[in-house]
Amino acid sequence: MIRYISRRFANSLFLLVVVSAIVFGLAQAAPGDFFSDATINQRISAETVAALRARYGMEKSLPVRYWGWLRSLGTGELGYSFAYDLPVGKILWPRMGHTLLLTVPALLLSWLVAVPLGILVATRRGSLVDRIFSVGTSAMLALPDLLIALLILLFALRTRMFPVGGMNSVVIPPGWWSGWKDTAWHMFLPVLAIAFGALPMILRHTRASMMEVLDSPYVRAARGLGLSRFVTLYRHALPAAANPLISLLGISVGGLLSVSLLVEVIVSWPGIGPLVLEAVLGRDLFLVMGAVMFFSVFLIAGGLLADILLYLLDPRIRMQS
Amino acid sequence: MKSRVWRSFSLWYLIGVHLIAIFAGFVAPYDFARQERTRPFAGPTRVHFVDSSGKFHLRPFVYGIEKSEDLGSGYTEDRSIFYPIQFLVSGDEYAVGPFHCSLHLFGIEGPERFYLLGADGFGRDQFSRMLYGGRISLFAGLLAAALAGCLGLLIGGMAGYYGGALDDLTMRFAEVFIAVPWFYLLVAVRAVLPLHLDPSASFSLVVITVGFVAWARPAKLVRGVILSAKERSFVLASRGFGASTFHILQRHIAPAASGVLLTQITLLVPQFVLTEVALSFLGLGVAEPVPSWGNMLAAAQHYNVLVSYWWMLIPGLVPIPTFIAYHALSDNLHARLDC
Repeated sequence: MIRYISRRFANSLFLLVVVSAIVFGLAQAAPGDFFSDATINQRISAETVAALRARYGMEKSLPVRYWGWLRSLGTGELGYSFAYDLPVGKILWPRMGHTLLLTVPALLLSWLVAVPLGILVATRRGSLVDRIFSVGTSAMLALPDLLIALLILLFALRTRMFPVGGMNSVVIPPGWWSGWKDTAWHMFLPVLAIAFGALPMILRHTRASMMEVLDSPYVRAARGLGLSRFVTLYRHALPAAANPLISLLGISVGGLLSVSLLVEVIVSWPGIGPLVLEAVLGRDLFLVMGAVMFFSVFLIAGGLLADILLYLLDPRIRMQS
Repeated sequence: MKSRVWRSFSLWYLIGVHLIAIFAGFVAPYDFARQERTRPFAGPTRVHFVDSSGKFHLRPFVYGIEKSEDLGSGYTEDRSIFYPIQFLVSGDEYAVGPFHCSLHLFGIEGPERFYLLGADGFGRDQFSRMLYGGRISLFAGLLAAALAGCLGLLIGGMAGYYGGALDDLTMRFAEVFIAVPWFYLLVAVRAVLPLHLDPSASFSLVVITVGFVAWARPAKLVRGVILSAKERSFVLASRGFGASTFHILQRHIAPAASGVLLTQITLLVPQFVLTEVALSFLGLGVAEPVPSWGNMLAAAQHYNVLVSYWWMLIPGLVPIPTFIAYHALSDNLHARLDC
């Protein structure tokens, strides 16, 4: 157990180091830096630019800078944003909370809808429900996330039932409860859009892996013993089918984050998405790199968690290692 | 039987769509940048068969439009002028390879404009822009998927065939690329490159960055196929008879790998078309005035445009049948591999 976990942990750490090297290398390979524009401006002397560069430690050698950046990753500062003149962490952390406020409910919603529905369809193979399902999921898969987000915006604007734009209304009635309620109201449509984007993939995988398990003799045996349908499906079949689904969980988070970026930009949700986009346009590289690093840590930690979960749940994997 | 027809239909549909995109200059009645500032957000022009006196015309025609006074942005038909829709008319010049040509599939003659799918804020024909935009978006996706597939074949093939330390190293790297949230990585790669580029440069930039960021998954797949193919008895037999490495690769392993790879590529194309659309939407891809489905949709995100002019959303709708066809093609290839 401990050996397995420590091996997975070492592997994750290795992944992180390589990702950080790639990301840092990218930033270094960029032509010019934040102060390049200043060198063209004749009113700013070369000495001033040099002094600014020295102030941010940009004259030091590459390994020293890389080490400094790694250390700032360790402390949660994630590098230094030139445009904001603040450590990236200070800007990123609150925004991160806003993004998670969208993605975590969307993740829960999509899985809670997709798994029971996928199981239901898996038990009705070849039926009308199954056929409608397969047409429906392929249509949903073909629907661009961008279009979903725009349609949701259109829906909100047309019906005026939901607020769009930002996280809170301009005027919020007093009391902590109404503040929460206001945010929840603003969250509703973006969460729906993100969850909808993630849904077809999870549905298809659930159906496929459940079908495989339902074919196996032990499920028939369980049914033959007279166990109830619910117990057969959820207690006996689902754990055996969960293996690929847990791996999918990690991948689906990655997909969710990229859909979230688009949705945030479209409904101007103050999350990471608009922040990163602004940073790209403003050439504030370390902010972009910090965000990529942050999400990488997030995803790699999620992958590690999924591995440990698999180990605990699946005796087949326990036997292997 | 029915599904067989459907399968070949999806292939022919895709070929048709791509041909239309290639010959966008001919099919589109106008140039993508041709403006008409007096016609901002003109709605789709109504095509008539019956004129105001009740007479039926075999050749469809359109009326001229003029701004109506009562509504701020509305247009009314001017029934006094009459423009028959003509086929193979000459209009804006476009390039077909090295040649310049001005023949268009259809259009109207005269000062009036024929907007099949409405006009955008500059009075540019949305239909023409959609076709030209499809050329950018569809081919960016196709080329990026092909590039990712080639890289996957090369890297995964070497890893699978030679094995050992090389295999270990490349698969570790592949894991890194799979672990990173890839759209953010893409944005980061875009961030370090110059922001303002001419259209062809930014097109190739999108293709290359997407292809290089996404090599890992096809590489893993190819490696898996090769690992299993290497141990097959007919490959072992062939080696036993003294076949060269090249012969084994070309004769036995490539056919096994190419099917899987092709299936993967057809699955990746829609994903990469969407990636190009998303990048251009965010202003990080192909820039105006050259249309891409992404930067056309960017115009639709303004509240008033979104609510008032539905045809601005069309670039988000056209990819859907194409994606469905790609998915069907991929399913078809997959089914063929299994049997």
